[in-house]
Amino acid sequence: MRRSSADSPKILPSDITPPERYLSRRALIAGGLGVAAAHGLGAFGDKVFGQSAAALTFVRNADFSVTDTPNSYQDISTYNNYYEFGTDKSDPSQNAQKFRPQPWNVTVGGEAEVTGTFSLEDMLKPHALEERVYRLRCVEAWSMVVPWIGVPLGDLLKRFKPTSKAKFVEFKTLYDPKQMPGQRSSVLEWPYVEGLRIDEAMHPLALMTVGLYGKVLPNQNGAPLRLIVPWKYGFKGIKAIVSIKFTERAPRTTWMVAGPDEYGFFANVNPAVDHPRWSQATERHIGASAFGRRQPTLPFNGYAAQVAGLYSGMDLRKYF
Amino acid sequence: MWQIRWVLKPIVFLACLLPALHLGAGALNATGVLHFGGVSLGADPVKVMLHTCGRWTLNFLMITLCMRPLKELTHSVFWLRFRRMFGLFAFFYVLLHLSVYLLLDQSGNLSALWQDIVKRPYITIGMLGLLLLIPLAATSTARAQRRLGRRWTQLHRLIYAIAILGVWHFWWQVKKDISEPLLYACGLTILLGYRVWRRRQSGGPVKQARSRVSVAPPARIDAA
Repeated sequence: MRRSSADSPKILPSDITPPERYLSRRALIAGGLGVAAAHGLGAFGDKVFGQSAAALTFVRNADFSVTDTPNSYQDISTYNNYYEFGTDKSDPSQNAQKFRPQPWNVTVGGEAEVTGTFSLEDMLKPHALEERVYRLRCVEAWSMVVPWIGVPLGDLLKRFKPTSKAKFVEFKTLYDPKQMPGQRSSVLEWPYVEGLRIDEAMHPLALMTVGLYGKVLPNQNGAPLRLIVPWKYGFKGIKAIVSIKFTERAPRTTWMVAGPDEYGFFANVNPAVDHPRWSQATERHIGASAFGRRQPTLPFNGYAAQVAGLYSGMDLRKYF
Repeated sequence: MWQIRWVLKPIVFLACLLPALHLGAGALNATGVLHFGGVSLGADPVKVMLHTCGRWTLNFLMITLCMRPLKELTHSVFWLRFRRMFGLFAFFYVLLHLSVYLLLDQSGNLSALWQDIVKRPYITIGMLGLLLLIPLAATSTARAQRRLGRRWTQLHRLIYAIAILGVWHFWWQVKKDISEPLLYACGLTILLGYRVWRRRQSGGPVKQARSRVSVAPPARIDAA
């Protein structure tokens, strides 16, 4: 049992509950089938969708993967919330095709010993890529299961040697209205900003993501570099990251600025705290069956056993 | 005028049905039971069905509200012959909209729907608009029109409130991008503004009463 609190970010891998312990009821039901499907994933992805994107070399991390059947590549790459390319779910896949994810640089700054601008290749070189099948729960009450490829965010961040003043990490998306037509409208404040508390960022489940289904990320899914924080609502998963900054104070995140009473900084998946305009108690799973029943939403999106400790003693109604 | 009744009206009727047929085909494709070539509602067919039905409800409310201005601007009662059909299609699409929400989105959970109506203002006003449409649809027959006389006209002015509620419902439910509801709001402002302007032009309430009489007969032409 882990007893880490908000201000002790050190988490040992052995602290993580093995997946068989934290699997949801529905995951257990689908279990047998899911494992088989998940093991074959890499090959399946190659065979069916192998034409355009470059293949990645990676190791499957079964301990960090759910056994739910992943959504199809088609669903994952055509149903996107990515306002930089338009506000309809189908806009990003249509408008992001000319986006250039290479070459790509990321600026690291703030309260850290190692700062500067790094090429994406240099940034990722020391890390081994992992595949992790995560649940994704959107704040709009729909969900998917996605086989992401990435590196543990904490491992990456530690290389920049954050100082004791680094209490938060702020991420920014590229601002380039020429390439990102959605940025020409003022629907949100640009560039998109997201952030995590440092202990959240160091949590082994937080994944700096570069691919899905064994290939580099499609542009509409946030190429070349995006964040995945599976226990939080999808909008925390900032896309096309060009800036990482260690800060002492909580960053002003984009959706919080847009609707402070509707979107909080933490944005942890929580069936008990409704969005002011809709219930978060249940979700519609995309793809499984178009007319399937809604499924109950799980606290922390089913990752409570691993992450609930980060928030012990916090009023999750207040810090939604 | 048999051409209108037997040719034009059926064509318009089928055209009005097209969005529903498209959704029906897409829904069957999504279940995998049948396959109609090329029709796909994407990764989230329920949301597409829900939003498409909602949009067409608003579209038909707007189209219905266009008929009187068109009649007055073209000096032809031709337009009024379609008004009832368009109004009933607005009702048809709003019923589909509610059915998709209740049966597909909320998996038939009536208590969840009730919770939504009570707790979520955008659903409250949407539901109110739908309920107000019921007496209008129920009194859309020629007989009801004759029986109610002037009160029919008064009752059917509810369409203005319904259209406002509908656009308001849309406005409140979008997450952030209000451009589309704004477009509907502008359209509605023009349509309602036109009526205010006409009323001003035709003078005080006495003249207005007279012009009301002149409006009634074309409606009966439609009913005949």
